[in-house]
Amino acid sequence: MFTFKQVLYKDILNIDELHIDEKSITALIGESGTGKSTLLKLMNHLIACTDGTISYKGTPVEELDAVKLRRDAAMLSQTPVLFGETVRENLEAGLLFSEKTLPSEKEMIDAMQRYYLEKNLDDKADKLSGGEQQRLALARITLLDPEVFLLDEPTSALDDELEHDVMERFMAYAQDNEKTVIFVTHSQSIAEEFSDTIIDITPYSKKGRD
Amino acid sequence: MYLFENPHPLWTTLVVLLMVTFAIWNIYKRVRSDLDKKMKQIIAVSMAAGTLSSLIYFNFIVIQFSPWYEPRYFIPIAGMIIGNSMTGVTLGVQTLTEGMKDQRQRVEAALMLGAAPKEASRKIVNQAFDNAILPTINSMVGTGIVFLPGMMTGQILAGVNPVTAIEYQIAILLGVTGAVSLTVILFVQNGYKVFFNEKSQLEEK
Repeated sequence: MFTFKQVLYKDILNIDELHIDEKSITALIGESGTGKSTLLKLMNHLIACTDGTISYKGTPVEELDAVKLRRDAAMLSQTPVLFGETVRENLEAGLLFSEKTLPSEKEMIDAMQRYYLEKNLDDKADKLSGGEQQRLALARITLLDPEVFLLDEPTSALDDELEHDVMERFMAYAQDNEKTVIFVTHSQSIAEEFSDTIIDITPYSKKGRD
Repeated sequence: MYLFENPHPLWTTLVVLLMVTFAIWNIYKRVRSDLDKKMKQIIAVSMAAGTLSSLIYFNFIVIQFSPWYEPRYFIPIAGMIIGNSMTGVTLGVQTLTEGMKDQRQRVEAALMLGAAPKEASRKIVNQAFDNAILPTINSMVGTGIVFLPGMMTGQILAGVNPVTAIEYQIAILLGVTGAVSLTVILFVQNGYKVFFNEKSQLEEK
């Protein structure tokens, strides 16, 4: 799905060769500051590599329409961001951004409940705790239903038990719908339990090599 | 005095262009953050296009005085249109640049989900437009009840029939509002693009 060839990004990443399979679940691990988020951003083409080629389905990302690529391979940022005041506006935001049809109320409630979030659609989103906002953001990207999920520590604000349960629900959805998932995690156990492949980014990063 | 006593199309045009140039220069000075070259170009183009086209429309189609270059009319009307647009664009530039800086994370998060730059910055662009247009709208709403505009007061003091003075003032207010809106729309609709590159990525600051 994604192929990296001699990719250089500033003095942060230096990847000789890396391949990420379609319909697989890949965990990115490594110490903080090694460039895990940067790697996701490169795949989302939110930033361009300094040198080398990153291909998506065989085409270099530079040659693709960046906005279209991001609708295919959507990314979730590490800190959840609120779009709008209410829970409803937040769930609709992703679909508005990507110009898709808005979800029904039931779909939105289901998406939240999938991640154990029991909220009303008209609740104020800024009253939600950090962990709840993270799950809201995960529900938002799930409603978007992209082919590839690029998740940057999607459950970092949750306690271990809830983190495990939420990841379990998400991965079940991803497998049922044959999604490609690339996620960053700090938790070795989460990486081992839920991914087909674990990529330790340390050898690719300048910080790791030093 | 010379200018008003010896109307000439060249002089009138020159004075108006000078006013626009000064207004643009003033915007560059007023805005606190550093403006890059592209942003300066957009400010200059929207100011020139917005104010001059409104001025032409207002003078040639709405008021229709003759000769068209009569400085007695042309210059004060130009002054009001250019001055108010200058204030509007200054506020617009300020809000837009600060918004893109403060809400960078939000804009980036929207891009990640597949938003086009226009959609990702829509909230900031709208905010910039609202802030830019606020003084003009406020003065329009308050006119006649809260404060009496200088032009109208001046005309009444000079002995003009108050109804005529009021009519003129209303026409001017509408003209100014239209001009400011046009200038600010031109600016915000192009200004946000400066923050993105052709790959729909946020420019590094």
